[in-house]
Amino acid sequence: MAHFTKPAEGSWTEHYGIDTGPVSYADSISPDHYELERDAIFRRTWLNVGRVEQLPRNGSFFTRELDAARTSVIVVRDMSGEVRAFHNICRHRGNKLVWNDYPREEVSGTTRQFTCKYHGWRYGLDGDLNFVQQEGEFFDLDRADFGLVPVRCEIWEGFVFVNLDDEDRTPLGEYMGELGAGLAGYPFHRMTQVHKYRAEIGANWKLFIDAFAEFYHAPILHAKQAVSDESRKLQGVGFEALAYDIDGPHSMVSSWGGMSPPKDLNMVKPIERTLRSGLFGPWDGPDIGELPPGLNPARHPAWGIDSFVFFPNFMLLVWKPNWYLTYHYWPTSYNTHIFEGTLYFAPPANAFERLQQELAVVTFKEYALQDANTLEATQTMLESQAVTEFPLNDQEVLLRHLHRTARRYVGEYQEKHQSTTPVRISAAS
Amino acid sequence: MTALLPPDFADLEPYADWALPTEGARYAKRLDSTMDELQAFYDAAFPRLEAATTYLEQFGMDNLPDDGKRLLWLFGGLVTASFPVEVWRQPRVPDSGASAVEAVVEPAV
Repeated sequence: MAHFTKPAEGSWTEHYGIDTGPVSYADSISPDHYELERDAIFRRTWLNVGRVEQLPRNGSFFTRELDAARTSVIVVRDMSGEVRAFHNICRHRGNKLVWNDYPREEVSGTTRQFTCKYHGWRYGLDGDLNFVQQEGEFFDLDRADFGLVPVRCEIWEGFVFVNLDDEDRTPLGEYMGELGAGLAGYPFHRMTQVHKYRAEIGANWKLFIDAFAEFYHAPILHAKQAVSDESRKLQGVGFEALAYDIDGPHSMVSSWGGMSPPKDLNMVKPIERTLRSGLFGPWDGPDIGELPPGLNPARHPAWGIDSFVFFPNFMLLVWKPNWYLTYHYWPTSYNTHIFEGTLYFAPPANAFERLQQELAVVTFKEYALQDANTLEATQTMLESQAVTEFPLNDQEVLLRHLHRTARRYVGEYQEKHQSTTPVRISAAS
Repeated sequence: MTALLPPDFADLEPYADWALPTEGARYAKRLDSTMDELQAFYDAAFPRLEAATTYLEQFGMDNLPDDGKRLLWLFGGLVTASFPVEVWRQPRVPDSGASAVEAVVEPAV
């Protein structure tokens, strides 16, 4: 008997018209399928590459390695204050334009122009080719024809996105859909205290998103992180979300959690009790006024967190004590990816608040370490194909949605390009 | 030898080597410590956490003196050390194997 109200159909899965049968993970263990995803998904969608606070002044820039999309992009605030993006490649002989010491590593800084290290070609921040070394040696070279290749770049709520699909015209706001619209006005820009973590995960990018898109695992995998009595109680009760929502390729899960302060102080660890903080954040968050309507969709008093999955690889988590996280999953192969977990707080009002935030940050990292290795273990055994069908429960509805969306994008791409070597994926739902 | 911590916390000077400025450094020290060492640090520092709270609350991040910064970092070390002591009973996260989750951006203090 469910603790929280389910939709009229009896389950979230059926409510969203998703088949309840076992699923296949063939899409997560296939090098061929990944090659299709690179073009079908990562070159055709809006990808979040950063936030405007990373570009504090005209001339600020950063690079992003988009391995899955086979490119690197420069994101820059030009001299008129506009944020632009370009492929990180010189028009002369294709050298990578912006990098230091290690070509594959991301860099950031401030500059008035981009100069290629190879032959000295110089570009303005608007992409114009301004200077060619020994220009007279070239044959009818018109600099106007050799500017940096622009990449579509738009901003949503301070988040900077790029889209490598030049044929598509969908504006970012439209792409973010109803779930994005429901977050409009949240004071992301006030949360400038940033901690960012990076991990190399030995698993397909979608399988790690799966781990964050369900909390069914939380009372079990993370059991030891709670005081024993509390942990046993949580396992007895299990996990049910307050609500799920799906809109287009995107989805979200809304959960209870982290009553601050907890009803029984003995149910939290000593360090959490004394610092008044934990996984759910400092118990006393800043006052940020009314929350946008997309948060706590069930309007439940026990609400603690909403996790949004913005397809393909950007998750936004908003916690009740008024701080948030982002997760990014950047594939590097069919069974590896780079995970980035970034935590955003309002600047600490004093040095004690800084310590409270440190506990929240370190706790997140402890949980992430548990998740990271588990997924590598999962990937290796999925690749055995000893088992090819997997039952998912109603609390795992977002996993069904993610994989079927990813397969849909690949299917549409294959149809459009009539691939001569179709990859057969035995897909349920 | 000059004290590294504020005078009221002279009792924690033997543990001033935990006053490391980054989470990564504090985590590396945890991995490099035995459970006995982590427990000894926890037993000395945890009872002083309330006093540290009172001390730290009086400073904004822009006027924290150098010895106060070191106190903040030392208690950051306590946060990191609390996991093995309160939860894991070993320095590493169980079943984490070779995985690494590393800080690439953190606030300057």
